[in-house]
Amino acid sequence: MGISMWIRVYAIFIKELKQLSRDRMTFGMIIMIPLVQLMLFGYAINTDARHIHAGLVDLSQTSESRAVEQALVATQSVDFIARYRSIKEAEVAITKGEIRAVLYLPADMTRRLFNHPLYDHKQTDSQLTQPIGQWIVDGSDTVIASTIRALRNMPLDEVANHTATRTAPSFEVVQYFNPEQRTVVNIVPGLVAVILTMTMILFTSSAIVREHEHGNMEFLITTPVRSIELMIGKIAPYVLVGLLQVAIILCVGHWVFSVPIKGSILSLLGSSILFIFASLTLGLVLSTIAKTQLQSMQMTIFILLPSILLSGFMFPYDAMPVAAQWIAEALPVTHFMRMIRAIVLRDASLLLLGKDALWLGLFTIGGIIIASLRFKKKLG
Amino acid sequence: MTNASEQSEYAIEAKGLSKHFGNNIAVNKLDLNIPKGSIYGFLGPNGCGKSTSIRLLTGLLEASEGDVTILGKSLLGHEESLKKRIGYMTQKFSLYDDLTVQENLNFVGAIYGFAGKRKKARLEELLALYDLEKQAKQFAGSMSGGQKQRLALACATLHSPELLFLDEPTSAVDPENRREFWERLFDLCAAGTTILVSTHYMDEAERCHSLAIMEEGNKRADGSPQALMDAMPATVVEVSGNKLRQLKQTLTQHPEILSAAQIGAHLRVLVKKKVQDPLSLISKLSDGRETVLARPSLEDVFVTCTGGRHGD
Ligand SMILES: Nc1ncnc2c1ncn2[C@@H]1O[C@H](COP(=O)(O)OP(=O)(O)O)[C@@H](O)[C@H]1O
Ligand SMILES: [Mg+2]
Repeated sequence: MGISMWIRVYAIFIKELKQLSRDRMTFGMIIMIPLVQLMLFGYAINTDARHIHAGLVDLSQTSESRAVEQALVATQSVDFIARYRSIKEAEVAITKGEIRAVLYLPADMTRRLFNHPLYDHKQTDSQLTQPIGQWIVDGSDTVIASTIRALRNMPLDEVANHTATRTAPSFEVVQYFNPEQRTVVNIVPGLVAVILTMTMILFTSSAIVREHEHGNMEFLITTPVRSIELMIGKIAPYVLVGLLQVAIILCVGHWVFSVPIKGSILSLLGSSILFIFASLTLGLVLSTIAKTQLQSMQMTIFILLPSILLSGFMFPYDAMPVAAQWIAEALPVTHFMRMIRAIVLRDASLLLLGKDALWLGLFTIGGIIIASLRFKKKLG
Repeated sequence: MTNASEQSEYAIEAKGLSKHFGNNIAVNKLDLNIPKGSIYGFLGPNGCGKSTSIRLLTGLLEASEGDVTILGKSLLGHEESLKKRIGYMTQKFSLYDDLTVQENLNFVGAIYGFAGKRKKARLEELLALYDLEKQAKQFAGSMSGGQKQRLALACATLHSPELLFLDEPTSAVDPENRREFWERLFDLCAAGTTILVSTHYMDEAERCHSLAIMEEGNKRADGSPQALMDAMPATVVEVSGNKLRQLKQTLTQHPEILSAAQIGAHLRVLVKKKVQDPLSLISKLSDGRETVLARPSLEDVFVTCTGGRHGD
């Protein structure tokens, strides 16, 4: 009894995987949706990450300090458009918006460079591990902030005439105005949530309907397959699809948009699986309501719109009216949005996010119960 | 008796089985007693309720009224355990077009709890039996009507069911394949399977051990083809000559004549049985054209008991 149940679930799982892999259109969408969205959202905001207008406060005034300046200009990330005599002056310029970042090179920069653990083998990490300079960045634009942050570990081999043997920060980066970071860095994990919502609900909501429309259900119902087996077998392949999409988004986000991924893989995996299950069961419930694939599509959009607008993806959750917050709380995506951002950006562990995790779990259980009650092994 | 034991001589018993879709009565108070080991036919035009009746008997649809006993067990409450003992071949192809023959069979085999060597052996047996060995790696969607039909039958009989439902199995098949198909049905029947098959072909209905003639959800007549022909409430007269089209017009006006249909160079006329001397009546009406009495066919039976001609 127990074994034959899993044989049947496995048979449905394999069947579904085969069909999925032969459906080029759907398979293409699984890969293309995350990539296209990432490029759209990523580059739309990432319009001009190069040639950032920067200021320079050079208290060192040595050939080394000029070499550092030139090395930075060579990266094309920054253009030094102004020089200031003191850090105070530069800060004022940032506040006014004349420049977006300032490089501060202290008077003892040359000494710091040659004592830097990158180039001095005798130094242990605890001694004199001062960075050679400091960046002060306008953090309200996260694209700029992340571009400057990318310079933090810039090797200065040519300046020091040495080849680095270890890695250590060359600069210290201080961010003004927006320590908690919004936009791109925020958008990539947010996209994980939105894209999963879209594809998971869309695929499952049409999964059962498709069997009906193609006439397969009429035969299936007269076999010993039970509804719970059919449901598990049909949604299981999409767990893999969902994890593949998470991987695509986070890898591209990391390598193309330099989104730091701070959290542990385990927490990422755990929270993604919880959310994938919640979305899949929501799709299943929709599929027991929809009579045609068109209807299931419409219902998916009905869920997708508030998921994008209210989940905190587009507008900050705290700024929304209370009524909208209530709706947002009911959507699984809001909880996942919080979790994935916390994990990716702030290295939060799954345990710290227990409330949201619990809610996703309860949502899944409730969804499965509703779907099995609604899905009767009958026609018409 | 609905609580009859497994030894019941009937594979299917139905009493007052009805199905309403809103105001539309798809099946109206159907009574059936189908003996084990026989081939039973549902004969009727499209929309007469054949598929709906089969769906009611397989437990796919819930009946509006009536009781059904399948293989000695009440259908109500035993749907799941009966599913292992019945097979169903749907009217529309219900396997997966984007899976190969082998994959479809594999899937159905696993669903019925076959695994390992036992499954492999059964699949090989079925591929050979239904002449699908060459198509094993072909996608089901790319096969001909006859091949699809054989695959569907292979899947429906994979678990060797005691009772097999076939809903218009030959509608997409050429006559040659249809003959072969019926040979297979008789093989299955000889092995002890009870078969219920629906059709709108007279020649197929004639092959059944017994059949029900259906119209608009009602069973108009039932019995073996021979018994139905013997009990037909009409006499068949064949008229030959010229201008048969006009003659047909005049004959069908006559109150004692049930129908007249041209078949080649003859006009086949059905006269109510109560007419004492049908031959002279027709001779008189057809201005001395040649008239002979003919043996009734199943089509004559069908014509007499449908189209409002039943009952008197
Ligand atoms: N699911 C349904 N909903 C409403 N009406 C139906 C449904 N299924 C069948 N019918 C109606 O029931 C009647 C019998 O249909 P069906 O059993 O399919 O006939 P057949 O198989 O003999 O061609 C038809 O009038 C059809 O329109
Ligand atoms: Mg039908």
